[in-house]
Amino acid sequence: MQYKVEVVDKPGIFDAIGQGVKKDILDLGINSVKEVKFIQVYTLEGNLTEKQVVEICSELLTDKVSQDYSVTTPELANQKTQRQFIIEVAYNPGVMDPVEASVLKGIQDLGILGVESVKTAKKYILTGSLSSLQLKTISEKLLYNKLIQHVVNPDAVQADIQHQPGYRFNLITVDLLKATDAGLLEISKKGQLFLNLDEMRQIRDYFRKQKRNPVDCELETIAQTWSEHCYHKTFRGNIDYKEIQAVPALGDKSIKGLLKATIMKVTNELNKSWCVSVFKDNAGVIRFDEKNNICFKVETHNHPSALEPFGGANTGIGGVIRDPMGTGMGAKPILNSDIFCFAPPDLAFNKVPSGSLHPKRVMKGVVSGVRDYGNKMGIPTVNGAILFHEHFAGNPLVYCGTVGIMPKDKSFKKTNVGDLVVVLGGRTGRDGIHGATFSSGELTHESEIISSGAVQIGNPIQEKKVLDTILQARDANLYSAITDCGAGGLSSAVGEMAAELGAKVYLDRVPLKYSGLSYMEIWISESQERMVLSVPPKNIDKLIEVFANENVEATVIGEFTDTKRLELYYEETKVCDLDMHFLHDGIPQTTKKAVYSQVKHKEPRIPQKKNLTPDLLKLLAHYDICSKEWVIRQYDHEVQGGSIIKPLAGIVNDGPSDASVTKPLFDSSKGIIISNGINFRFGFIDPYWMAASCINEALRQIIAVGGSLKEVAILDNFCWGNPDKPDRLGSLVRASYGCYEAAKEYGVPFISGKDSLYNEFSVHGKSTSIPGTLLISAISVMDDVNKCISMYAKKAGSLIYVVGKTYDELGGSHYYDLYGAVGNQVPKVNYSESKKIFSALNKASEKGLVKAMHDCSDGGLGVALAEMVFSGGLGAEIFLAEVPYESAARRNDFLLFSESNSRFVVEIDKKNKEEFEKTLKGLDFGLAGCITGGNSFKIHGLDGKLCVEADSRKLKESWQAPLRW
Amino acid sequence: MIKPKVCILRSAGTNCDKETAAAFRLAGAECELLHINSLVNRQRMLSDFHILALPGGFSYGDDIASGKIFANELRFKLADSLRQFIAEGKLIIGICNGFQILVKSGLLPGSAELKQNTSLIINDSGKFESRWVYLKPAGKCVWTKGLKKIIYLPVAHGEGKFVTQDKTVLNSLKKNKQIVFQYCDVKGKSSGYPDNPNGSMENIAGICDETGRVFGLMPHPERHIFAAAHPRNWELKSKIEGDGLQIFRNGVKYVRENL
Repeated sequence: MQYKVEVVDKPGIFDAIGQGVKKDILDLGINSVKEVKFIQVYTLEGNLTEKQVVEICSELLTDKVSQDYSVTTPELANQKTQRQFIIEVAYNPGVMDPVEASVLKGIQDLGILGVESVKTAKKYILTGSLSSLQLKTISEKLLYNKLIQHVVNPDAVQADIQHQPGYRFNLITVDLLKATDAGLLEISKKGQLFLNLDEMRQIRDYFRKQKRNPVDCELETIAQTWSEHCYHKTFRGNIDYKEIQAVPALGDKSIKGLLKATIMKVTNELNKSWCVSVFKDNAGVIRFDEKNNICFKVETHNHPSALEPFGGANTGIGGVIRDPMGTGMGAKPILNSDIFCFAPPDLAFNKVPSGSLHPKRVMKGVVSGVRDYGNKMGIPTVNGAILFHEHFAGNPLVYCGTVGIMPKDKSFKKTNVGDLVVVLGGRTGRDGIHGATFSSGELTHESEIISSGAVQIGNPIQEKKVLDTILQARDANLYSAITDCGAGGLSSAVGEMAAELGAKVYLDRVPLKYSGLSYMEIWISESQERMVLSVPPKNIDKLIEVFANENVEATVIGEFTDTKRLELYYEETKVCDLDMHFLHDGIPQTTKKAVYSQVKHKEPRIPQKKNLTPDLLKLLAHYDICSKEWVIRQYDHEVQGGSIIKPLAGIVNDGPSDASVTKPLFDSSKGIIISNGINFRFGFIDPYWMAASCINEALRQIIAVGGSLKEVAILDNFCWGNPDKPDRLGSLVRASYGCYEAAKEYGVPFISGKDSLYNEFSVHGKSTSIPGTLLISAISVMDDVNKCISMYAKKAGSLIYVVGKTYDELGGSHYYDLYGAVGNQVPKVNYSESKKIFSALNKASEKGLVKAMHDCSDGGLGVALAEMVFSGGLGAEIFLAEVPYESAARRNDFLLFSESNSRFVVEIDKKNKEEFEKTLKGLDFGLAGCITGGNSFKIHGLDGKLCVEADSRKLKESWQAPLRW
Repeated sequence: MIKPKVCILRSAGTNCDKETAAAFRLAGAECELLHINSLVNRQRMLSDFHILALPGGFSYGDDIASGKIFANELRFKLADSLRQFIAEGKLIIGICNGFQILVKSGLLPGSAELKQNTSLIINDSGKFESRWVYLKPAGKCVWTKGLKKIIYLPVAHGEGKFVTQDKTVLNSLKKNKQIVFQYCDVKGKSSGYPDNPNGSMENIAGICDETGRVFGLMPHPERHIFAAAHPRNWELKSKIEGDGLQIFRNGVKYVRENL
């Protein structure tokens, strides 16, 4: 029996959800909707008495003070008045309904046991006159995503996922031995294996030696292990690099492993004693204090977020949180960092590539997804950035990072022969089968009735329960190794843990969400919120008890062996028997071609203007630069009680901070600084200098909050186009060498990284790559958080210094972007000068001389000054003639808006003038002006005449308005 | 003198337990973090403690409504031991999700039959918001004695709009001095959004029961126990203590003096 319960706000209660939807409908350009009413729907399935239904509704599903309920009957459902439209959105069968488990628990707590399943839906009643096309637009553009949801047809009977026919075992082998080259490619394509001909031949040869055909599961295991996503073929393979024109020239190269030749090389050469574990574990580990280490990992989740922004970002952040949890013996996540790239949110609908969602919806969904998971895990989101470019319209970038802390003696793991393989946390379903390889065009809700496939929704509370219990089991020394189930599911997790040993796994013992999964599906499913442990048999009872105490499922599914083989069973049958050496090292070496040739862009002709106030206002309103407060406020950045330099700072807490500082321990003043550098615009001119600038930016943010370069580690995340195209790979090579050079010069080792390639999409039949985008994330330890510096102006009468020299480096600047140009003079990095500046400013901060400091980045000096002043609610008078400037052009606009590296604006109390100048002796700096009371913001040009004059409140308004949704 | 014992009660989705324990420890109490299962299964007894703290978080994911499922567990599985706990003169504090739980279980504003007559519903802005707020203490609550005229704490919630079933309930809260905290501006005056971050009736941010010993609030005092956490800590050069610590001290002091 089905009972459909509808819960609605009482009359007089403000319907915040309905109001939000009404506003979003207006954004679509539809203004005829007078009212939107939101109704929460629960469909209960089971045998219940009428009294029980009433009890469930009144005691559990309804807030008596603010809501009413009805148990709907068909007659009631049709009682709508004219000009009312009902849209009810429910999850597709097979998609996890994250609320179901909680409702079932709540019903059991009432002592009612007859409910078998619960499904939730959202119902919107729209009042107003609407055409059927408008109704469709509202549904599709706003209210549901067909990949995971559908609009309920009131007459249709809902599909019943609980009662699927069971799975009957059937061993499937693939005929590889006799396959021709064409046959091999066909097998790869049909099976969505994404293996090339060389690889397929290698696999065929392996099975020829075994004198048998592979089981489908074996082929899938190899495809997963050798995938770009898991093996990083591009970064580990050979590259034949040719350079046609570039400064500085790298010259033609034959590269044996790009990662080893650049990123890992610098780490090896620097050989820092405080690097505890690099490029080995799920996250890079560095020393924090005498007792603890910290680890950091940044991941991307681009393709899933393009299709289902909420679910994609949700599982993206959920996945990266599991990385620290699976590092060493498990670290406690203490902060998140999120960086996104979208197309502009006001992109015309006709410019959105067909099959893609509008960027505003993508952005809102991604932010909600991160908010939901991060907040519910109780991890503060303290750092981030959002950038915009039209070429992200079909393929947004979603970077998620997590830092964890763990005791020093829990920083390493070792799987032992004889240990049991234990899977714990969420159950396994069909979620995310072939997750990394699906294509959006082929996915519709009709074709994917059950296997809603690659698109997933996370369940943060499941992961929180796993985290709470893992830390208890870790501290009781109950297991010997741990890793997370991410891409490739059990196949990847068990395969990696057993790589040096061997393993036997009994797939029929894996707990399932619903019946009907084949042995192969169980093995490669990417269901969320699962971890794998290696457990000595003597501890198994105690371990299972620790998890059971808090309602977490832990199940023994096999054991680690010394056979150097991966052996899988389903019931009595062996369904996989692979040599570990072949699986992990058998992939044929590839050589890819790469070509780099510098592109010559048009130099814009911007007339010199006396009044630069309008340009400054426009720059402040640039989507890259403007306030992201709407996003940041939705993230809990205070949970865990250790947030010191917060993402928003100022006299009313709303200015843009540089790096974040977090104090992770209650009994210590030590802090962790997190920053990021990202600027794909420089990459349009030269990815080499883009990389150097990204590193410079991440480091100068650390300096700006009072940190030093003493112990800084960095992470690389490359998001690029198709590396099989020589030009894309050429720019990737150049960026990698830029990373090497800058990291080496600054003495900052890479400790972890990730690449996401193949970020391309089709517009009007032509394939477009995203801008090659490098994210550099930096982490540093600070001895005393009480010495932190914030970015906003503190006091009228203070002196304003500009430190670091400005050049006419407008290439890739936001100023040029205002004029639709890229230019060619990309900002370069002077390593020896900038190291001196960083070190001197750190000394000044340590001495307590600095009242405020802000780094000059997007929008240059003009934007940095404005942000600093309006965040402090003050005014300023600045003289450009006093600013260090090396230039032939000597233009006010160039000096104000050039994005040269290694520059800072610093506020100093008058009484510290001499001491500060002494500390910076011999470096490029200028006393550029002072902070004034009131709100008048004045900049005198090189000729002494005013070139900017504005009320700082007006500047702030311009900066806040664009994303104040 | 006894060392007050605090039970910090957790469930699936609780996430401010550790900082709440840190605050109570700093205030001189002994803390134990207990999963609700251990009380329900009677492995542990509530009567072993002097203070029950319900920390913030997203118990059961805020599914159905924030705090609802946890509140029902209290109502249907632990009601007797809770009534006895209160009758013995002991203390309860619920912060954020803990406040939602206290309200939805009927422990606040408090009645013998644990009937819910107030609620915390979706913010008027329709979204989760994290920001610092000014609060004006009032009322007869034992937890808020000796606070400054205005204190500064962070809020972080999506469902914090305080509403009462009707005018009578609101009037009785006022009459009995059960309104403990009201959102205000920097000068202590009542003002609109964002000083009142959620649209709460009468700017109500926290209430207590008639005894003044059971207390719930949306803001997070445990996130401001050190001055360094203040977003403009440069203003407070010499201070090392945050505004929130006094609340935990009051609880500990009350136990020492009265139990």
